[in-house]
Amino acid sequence: MNIALLLEMAAEAAPGRTALVCDGKRWTYGDLLAAARGAFELIQQSGAEYVALLDESSEAAVIAVFGAALAGVPYCPLNYRLPDADLAALLGRIAPALVIGDEERVLRIAGDQDHTVLSREDFTLKAQETVPADDAREYDPGEGVAIQLFTSGTTAAPKAAILRHSNLLGYILGTVEFASADEADAALVVVPPYHIAGISALLSSIYAQRRIVMLPGFSPERWLSLVEEEAITNAFVVPTMLARIVDAMDRGASAAIETLRAIAYGGGKMPLEVIHKALERFPRAGFTNAYGLTETSSTVALLGPDDHRAALASSDPRIRARLTSLGKPIPTVVMEIRGENGEVLPPGEAGEIYVRGEQVSGEYKEKSALDPEGWFPTRDAGYMDEDGYLFLSGRADDVIVRGGENMSPGEIEDVLLTHPAIADACAYAIPSVEWGEAVGVAVVTREDHVAPDEGELRELVRARLRSSRVPEKIAFLPELPYNEMGKLLRRKVKDVLAG
Amino acid sequence: MKPGTRLKSAACDTEVMVIRAAEGLIECGGSPMEEAKPTQAAPLAADFSAGTLMGKRYVDADGRYELLCVKPGKGSLSVDGIALVVKDAKPLPASD
Repeated sequence: MNIALLLEMAAEAAPGRTALVCDGKRWTYGDLLAAARGAFELIQQSGAEYVALLDESSEAAVIAVFGAALAGVPYCPLNYRLPDADLAALLGRIAPALVIGDEERVLRIAGDQDHTVLSREDFTLKAQETVPADDAREYDPGEGVAIQLFTSGTTAAPKAAILRHSNLLGYILGTVEFASADEADAALVVVPPYHIAGISALLSSIYAQRRIVMLPGFSPERWLSLVEEEAITNAFVVPTMLARIVDAMDRGASAAIETLRAIAYGGGKMPLEVIHKALERFPRAGFTNAYGLTETSSTVALLGPDDHRAALASSDPRIRARLTSLGKPIPTVVMEIRGENGEVLPPGEAGEIYVRGEQVSGEYKEKSALDPEGWFPTRDAGYMDEDGYLFLSGRADDVIVRGGENMSPGEIEDVLLTHPAIADACAYAIPSVEWGEAVGVAVVTREDHVAPDEGELRELVRARLRSSRVPEKIAFLPELPYNEMGKLLRRKVKDVLAG
Repeated sequence: MKPGTRLKSAACDTEVMVIRAAEGLIECGGSPMEEAKPTQAAPLAADFSAGTLMGKRYVDADGRYELLCVKPGKGSLSVDGIALVVKDAKPLPASD
């Protein structure tokens, strides 16, 4: 099974329908399939072992992912925000590759690595012009790797996560109904192409036959105006983007947003305040919180629109809390919370999230992380409540172990954020002679507020949680560090405050 | 039958991709399906002429077979003479 099947089916059923809009250019399913087949020829001629993309989102990303699939060569989109040295090291790991995008940079930093380099325009044009040698082309059967993504490597050297055709098809065929979108439907894609959500957005929209509208460089104003211009119905955003969109609307930015009926978000923790505001700003939209990882081919749990509205409308604190939950596992995967010794934990107890299913690769180029039964340890810590709703507490490595007691940073942060003067909070482990580890926190004061007294913050945590959670060290920072996907970089906070 | 195998109907235009299969004979329009399109078309059996729909998944009662229709046609699918049915998947909200 080859993921190219998704595009082949869409092109078979509706060759003339608009598949993609990018920079004002429109592409039909037929156009994209023809270009992907042209790209197959280019890839074969180049002798490349990988197809890499070093570029923002564009039609080239779609043509490259399917062209690479047809050729049986892994597609490896790279993070163009990386410093030269890091990027050169990654390019070295995939040489010889056909690299599409920033020609000048690749030649400058990896000129000796034997890559074939094409600019976005050259690649797209050549792929369109190259007609397959003959009709009876043998395309790759799709038994191998479709996509290789380097993990962000916040703790160590980036790992090469691999997704097989079977993982991605398992995800798409299991969660998306073919051609289920109306002809008027359009999805606004703003996630960078090197992120799993950026890839799954392309695959699922093509299979649903939902027109993709790409916005390569995000700005809230441009996002809002594209929603109006293209009558967008579906959008996926990371929390920081949603925060900026809501902010821009608060400052008076406006657009006709009535067509937007589904907003999905994920990739980082969504501040409660932002989702509350967004629910007000987009009263007609259904919100979906999606939880997934690169190694799981995207979404494994989601909190749907009905749960969002029910939580917002409820006076029961247990149901209101679901706005901060990741919802329930999707029907095609199974999930467990396990303790330190591998035992399955009951509801309410925090441990490591394990997941299993066809879409779960859990595989790196170097080795597989799956256990013998096929379970993938996500390294995410969390718990499920009595009703099966999943709550994330942070990375398993971020758990603070104080005198044998496991504490999740998220729990402490949530309490601190209820203080009217606190805009942002980060809890992390600090070394303690007495306890092994203790709680340290870094907080950001709201612009129009005075920094609260440390004792007041300690009292707040003591009152709401247990005394063991009370921070030993409190630091005030002008802002907290996030990566471009909206993930809080706890390790960086720790380093800054330790140094 | 290996997952990913593409089978063609002898009786109509239907093509399916095997997602899951056991040892039985996969048929369309009442005739066995094969990887190569047969040179001589088989007649469409009246009992198996309800048609296939693009993108639908067809399954048996025991969950041993699952076929994805990648090209629709006039015949309908069966295994050893027992009709397959459309798999109803609960639609999930779009999450990406």
